[in-house]
Amino acid sequence: MTVTVYVPADSAAVSVGADAVAARIALLAQQRGKAIRLVRNGSRALFWLEPLVEVATPAGRIAYGPVDATQVDSLFDADFLGGGAHSLRLGLTDEIPFLKQQERLTYCRIGLIDPLDLDDYAAHGGWQGLQRALALSPAQVVQEVHDSGLRGRGGAAFPAGIKWKTCADTVAAQKYIVCNADEGDSGTYADRLLLEGDPYSLIEGMLIAGLAVGATEGYIYIRSEYPRAFRVFNEAIARAGSAGYLGDNVAGSGRRFGLQARLGAGAYICGEETALLESLQGRRGQVRVKPPLPAHQGLYGQPTVVNNVVTLGSVPLILARGAAFYRDYGLGRSRGTIALQLAGNVRCGGLVEKAFGLSLRELLHDFAGGTASGRPIRAVQVGGPLGAYLPQDVLDTAIDYEAIAAVGGMLGHGGVVVFDDTVDMAAQARFAMEFCAAESCGKCTPCRLGSTRGVEVIDRIRTGVDPVRNEALLRDLCATLLDGSLCALGGMAPFPVLSALDNYPEDFGLAR
Amino acid sequence: MSSASLKPAAIPLQDPGPTPREHAAVAAAITACRDLPGALLPLLHAVQDALGYVPSASLPMIAHALNLSRAEVHGVLSFYHHFRTSPPGRHVLKLCRAESCQAMGSVALEALAKQRLGIDYHATSASGGTTLEPVYCLGNCALSPALLVDDELMGRVTPQRLLALLDALESGS
Ligand SMILES: Cc1cc2nc3c(=O)[nH]c(=O)nc-3n(C[C@H](O)[C@H](O)[C@H](O)COP(=O)(O)O)c2cc1C
Ligand code: SF4
Ligand code: FES
Repeated sequence: MTVTVYVPADSAAVSVGADAVAARIALLAQQRGKAIRLVRNGSRALFWLEPLVEVATPAGRIAYGPVDATQVDSLFDADFLGGGAHSLRLGLTDEIPFLKQQERLTYCRIGLIDPLDLDDYAAHGGWQGLQRALALSPAQVVQEVHDSGLRGRGGAAFPAGIKWKTCADTVAAQKYIVCNADEGDSGTYADRLLLEGDPYSLIEGMLIAGLAVGATEGYIYIRSEYPRAFRVFNEAIARAGSAGYLGDNVAGSGRRFGLQARLGAGAYICGEETALLESLQGRRGQVRVKPPLPAHQGLYGQPTVVNNVVTLGSVPLILARGAAFYRDYGLGRSRGTIALQLAGNVRCGGLVEKAFGLSLRELLHDFAGGTASGRPIRAVQVGGPLGAYLPQDVLDTAIDYEAIAAVGGMLGHGGVVVFDDTVDMAAQARFAMEFCAAESCGKCTPCRLGSTRGVEVIDRIRTGVDPVRNEALLRDLCATLLDGSLCALGGMAPFPVLSALDNYPEDFGLAR
Repeated sequence: MSSASLKPAAIPLQDPGPTPREHAAVAAAITACRDLPGALLPLLHAVQDALGYVPSASLPMIAHALNLSRAEVHGVLSFYHHFRTSPPGRHVLKLCRAESCQAMGSVALEALAKQRLGIDYHATSASGGTTLEPVYCLGNCALSPALLVDDELMGRVTPQRLLALLDALESGS
C-alpha cells in the first residue's frame, strides 16, 4: 500500500533543512522497498517544529518533528510510515495544542495541501467563493464583503467593503486590482506563507475583487526578499491560466481577468500603496499625497483597489460561507480572524489565526510558551518596525485594532516580536531611527534628515552627553516627525522611540 | 576659488560603453521586457539576474529603449537597495538586521561576519568570495536569526553555522 508522506517545501521549512529530509526519505523508501507518495506541502506554520514530517494514516495525519536529515534512518527503523513510536513523534497533527486552539479560516488549507495542485485546491473548498460571486451581481459581492466587517490586514485596517465600493462606483474604461505583497514589516510572514502555501486562494480573492469592482487586470507586487514566493506564485498564475481561471473567459463566465506578478526591489516604502503604484509603473517608489485615492485614480491614473495578501486571501471564504459566518468571529469593530505571527525570542514561533479578542498575554503564554531563552519577557513590539514597544503591564490588552491603539500600540499586519530581559531598549530606539533613515523615500525633510539626526541624538544620550537636554531634543524631533510627515514611515517612526524612552528610561541612562 | 576648479570635469573622449558580455545581456533584457507596462523594474531585474549587477555603462541603452532620460533610469536604479552597479563576489550574503532577528542575536552575527570577511556592508571580501549586504526581514522571523545566501534562505543561524557557511563561501564551494 502506498503511504503519503508530507515534507513542507515552504522556504522557512527549507531554511532549516526540509529539502535534505525529503531527499533522504525518498532515498530510503526506495532502498527499503517502501511505496510512498512524497508530497511537498506548504507549512503548517508551527515553525519551531520544522522540518515537520507528516504521515497519512487511517486515524489522520501523524506528525514528527523537528526532523533532521540524520534522523530519517531511525524514523524508518521505527516504522514511521505506519505511525510508529519515536522520540520525534508528536501524535496527530490536528491535536497539537498550538494548532488545535486556533480558528484557521483564511489559512484553512495551509500546510494541508500541495500548494500548486489544482485538484487538491478544489477538493479542499477552492473556487467555491468564486462560483458564488459569479452567481451574484457585482454590487451584491461588494455588499457581502462590506457586511463581513473585513478590514485591511496590511496595516491601516480600512474597511475593505468601503474601498471596493468607492472603486466600483467610479466609472472608467480600465480598472485594476493590485495585491500588496511587499510585506516589509519585520516580524511578519503571513503573506509569504499564503503566497507559497495556498496561492490559488489569493488568485481567487483577486478574481472576486475584479468581478466586484469591474476590474479586468490585476497585479501582485511581491518583495524581492521572497524569491521562492515569487517563483511559486508565478507557477500558480501559469497553472490557473491553463485551467481557465485567468484570461478572457474566467471559469467559463465570459468575464476577463488578467494577472501579472511583479518583483519589488528592496525598498520598505514600496509597501505604502501610492509608492507601490509608482514602483509598478517603473518609477522611484515615492509616496504621493492622497487624495486622489487609488480607488479613484490609482495605477496609470485608473481606479484601483490596493489590498494586502491576507485581506484578499480572506475573501473567497467570506463569499463561500457568507458574510455572517465571518462576522460572527471577533468583537467590536474587529470582525473575523487575525493572523498573528509570533516572532523573535519565543519558544514556539508560528502563525496563530484566531478570532479577534484573545489577549496578548494568552498569545505569549498559551501559544508562544514564553521565550526561547527561558528568560523573562521584557518588551513586545507589535505591528512591525513602526509599532511601539509594549511593556509587561499592558499584556492583558485584548487583540483588537481599537484596544491595542488605546494602549499606544498598533496591530498593523499582526507581527508580534518578543524580547527577553537582555534587550537594550536604547539600542532598539536607535535602530528605529536608523531604519527610518535607510528607508525614507526622501520627500519630507523630517523623515529624510531628522531620522539621521535622531540617531545622533540617541548616541549622545547613550554616551551621557548632556542627557537631559538631549532627551528634550529627541522628544522635540519626534514631535516634528509625527506632525511633519506625509506617510506613516516618518509619522510613526517616533512610536518605537518614544515608547522605549517612556517605558525603559534606565536603558538610556535616564532617571525614571 | 581657484581658476582650475572652473574647468569642467574631464569626460573621456571615448566612453568605452558596456563590454560585449554586458551589451548582450542588456540587449536580451530589453527585448524580453520593453513591451511590458512599467517595464523599467522588470528590465533592471533581468539585467541583474543575468550579470549580477546593472552596469552603469548600460544606462544609455536602457534609457533609449524605454524612451526615458538617463537621469530617470539612474534615479530609479539608485532608489532601490536591491540593485547594484558593480559586480558582486561569487556569492551574495544578506544578513537580516531587523527586530525579530535582533531579538535572537543577529547583532553578534553581523559583527562576526564583518570580522571574518574583513569588510563592512556593501563590500566584497578580498578573496572575491562573498559580498555582504544588509536586509530588513526575510519573512523567516519564527526561525530567527535568518540570512539569505544567493537565493537560499537559512534560519536558526548560530555563530558556528555562520562560520561554517563563511568558510564554504570563501573557499569557493
Ligand atoms: C510605510 C508604510 C509601509 C507599508 N507597508 C505595507 C506592506 O508591506 N504591505 C501592505 O499590505 N500594506 C502596507 N502598507 C499599507 C498600505 O499603504 C495600504 O494601506 C494597504 O496595502 C491597503 O491594503 P489593505 O486595506 O488590504 O490593508 C504600508 C503603509 C506604510 C505607510
Ligand atoms: S514620511 Fe518619509 S517615507 Fe513617508 S513620504 Fe515623507 S519622506 Fe517619504
Ligand atoms: S526580522 Fe529577520 S527574518 Fe524577519
